Amino acid sequence: MKLTKVFLASTALAFAAGAVAAEDMTIVSWGGAYSESQQKAYHEPYMAKTGVNIINDESSNEAVAKLRAMNEAGNVTWDVVDVVAADAMRLCDEGLAMEIDPDTQLAPAPDGTSAADDFGDLLVSDCFIPQIVYSTTFGYRTDMVGDNPPDDICDVFDLETYPGKRSLEKRPINNVEWALICDGVPADEVYDVLETPEGQDRALAKLDTIKDQVIWWSAGADTPQLLADGEVVMGSTYNGRLFSLIVEQGQPVDMLWDYQVFDLDGWIIPAGLSEERKKRALDYIYFATDTQRLADQAKYISYGPARKSSAPLVGKHEELGIEMAPHMPTDPANSKTAVLYNFEFWADYRDDLDAKFQAWLAK
Amino acid sequence: MAALTPISRKPVSFYVPVVAVAGAIAGLFIGTAQGSGLLGAVAGAAVLAILAFAMTQFVDNEKPMRWALLALFVLGGGLLGGPAGLVLGLGFGWFFGWFIYWLYEGRYRAKLVPYLTPMQVLWHYAFRVICGAILVFLITPILVVMPLSFNAEDFFTFTPEMLRFDPAGYSLKHYRDFFTNDDWQNALRNSVMIAPVATLLSVSFGTLAAIGLSAEHVPFRRAIMAILISPMIVPLIISAAGMYFFYSRIGLQGTYFGVVLAHAALGIPFVIITVTATLVGFDRSLTRASANMGADPVTTFFKVQMPLILPGVISGGLFAFITSFDEVVVVLFVGSAGQKTLPWQMFTGLREQISPTILAVATILVVISIGLLTTVEMLRRRSERLRGMSPG
Repeated sequence: MKLTKVFLASTALAFAAGAVAAEDMTIVSWGGAYSESQQKAYHEPYMAKTGVNIINDESSNEAVAKLRAMNEAGNVTWDVVDVVAADAMRLCDEGLAMEIDPDTQLAPAPDGTSAADDFGDLLVSDCFIPQIVYSTTFGYRTDMVGDNPPDDICDVFDLETYPGKRSLEKRPINNVEWALICDGVPADEVYDVLETPEGQDRALAKLDTIKDQVIWWSAGADTPQLLADGEVVMGSTYNGRLFSLIVEQGQPVDMLWDYQVFDLDGWIIPAGLSEERKKRALDYIYFATDTQRLADQAKYISYGPARKSSAPLVGKHEELGIEMAPHMPTDPANSKTAVLYNFEFWADYRDDLDAKFQAWLAK
Repeated sequence: MAALTPISRKPVSFYVPVVAVAGAIAGLFIGTAQGSGLLGAVAGAAVLAILAFAMTQFVDNEKPMRWALLALFVLGGGLLGGPAGLVLGLGFGWFFGWFIYWLYEGRYRAKLVPYLTPMQVLWHYAFRVICGAILVFLITPILVVMPLSFNAEDFFTFTPEMLRFDPAGYSLKHYRDFFTNDDWQNALRNSVMIAPVATLLSVSFGTLAAIGLSAEHVPFRRAIMAILISPMIVPLIISAAGMYFFYSRIGLQGTYFGVVLAHAALGIPFVIITVTATLVGFDRSLTRASANMGADPVTTFFKVQMPLILPGVISGGLFAFITSFDEVVVVLFVGSAGQKTLPWQMFTGLREQISPTILAVATILVVISIGLLTTVEMLRRRSERLRGMSPG
């Protein structure tokens, strides 16, 4: 009978899929151009070298929640996960990520410097293997600002010179710092002020001055779309998104690097993997975070490699052939006023300020 | 239909205000697009009122006046809005030319029965306008998606080139991306592998359950029915979370078969409901007659019962198929990256990268759905005709 045949075939198919899974490795990342750059710089050479089949899952956005659920269900299906440093710290604290020893489990630099020294300060958590430095910064429409392009972060708050909508991320992080700096607080005192309720109110009061001109974004792709539409005159997003908008899509947009905020993104290995999978994940990490691989990723996307030894190896864009160094957030010309995301402050104050910010938004 | 009611010309005090209202609505749209809706509405009302008055009172010759109005609108639209305005002007010019004389000559009453009161006539047309507006409201998002999918840029934007109907503003690159990109092709393959098998399971189990539940001697029929229908009523996210933990324990989470089973569970209620509905019209004495002639229950089912309830089975199966093909929440929980389906890929694509490839996929899916529904409807009509149930 036909029905039975289909049933048998589908069951066989399911088992066949199960059998292949032994050689599969699921790597979780952010999707889009970023996953593409990892695919080319890390996954493809690794698959060619070892024969392991890498499956991409684009769930980094909800990685913390999903890893918690997987842990509860006792069924961790991810092998390596790409997360931002703050998420890595949370996962590490909750015991959901495995601790890594940089000296034995990561590749040393070509000149013999240990991985711990090569990554330096960027090893912000015991479970976190940094991969890139990215920044949250502004882009503006060159055709909507006349012949007076903005070059100061406070131009974002200047509605008279630069009228029009601007897009900001729908969370307090970065926005309150920028607001305080533009309200006259010296950059090195920003977090002292932000610790006090008055300082927090002051930041929100400054944001209040532009609130009705702000479009709030929550996905990295929003600001590029809004800029391309001409819906906003300027907006914040990740610098790689702006690079692709400007250089690859040729939109009339330019960068405003002033007070860009650096953040780190990298790998964690979930806790509770079987010995075999753990070994493979560690092998992948050793391969994918060596000096050359990290430099290779910069050929595809304008995020700075996390190793000091990778910086001199950053070359040209793979397809466009332009020098990538001037587009890196870490380039000296771009990073004069750059600040690093303050992990300790936000670990302590994030929940409070999030609540305050949401209440302010709803007002 | 021939004219039912003799018609006569209407007074100015009737048709000029009505045309002005229509003009105000059209002006509201154009004005809103240009920045001031109120100004547009007022200007639209004024322009159309003057035109309607002038066309009917000063010249008594319909054809040339309608052509002149069309030319005026096309010219005006072209001057104000370029090629896109030209097309818009063409549409508006044709419509208002027809509309003014339709009212002026009293043609709107021609096809209605003579004894209707004015209010009934008004309601007759208002009803149609409201239905039309609802249809437009439902369809417009889909219609916007289609031209945008031919965008030459990587954004959800009608570029100036597109509005000028410049061929350079259009491209098939998003369609090419869909057919060449491994992610999309994997997703398509997964969807095509999951949906039919899930449908097959839903249809088999759902039909059996419906037949069983319609037999009068089965105890607790209502309770069993309620449980089987529950996946339709329980919020999807709850079913999904429950399935996630349950399937994780029994090793089905992240497997092809797990996703198929989950989708089958979601599809079964649709099949049960449609098949139960067709079974109401099924004559039980046919099964007894069949048994009387020596057929065993299985033969009876396939030879007698199945052909008669087939329309219900097919439409239930269609719903089950669409449920599986469209479903994103459950597959996000129960599936792993290896079972990424089209909706999943669209969901992540929309969040991480606003790429018009999604629009290209959406357009393809809409075209396939229309094709599928048309085919089913045509097959249904054909079988009805063959059975002599419908005169068409």
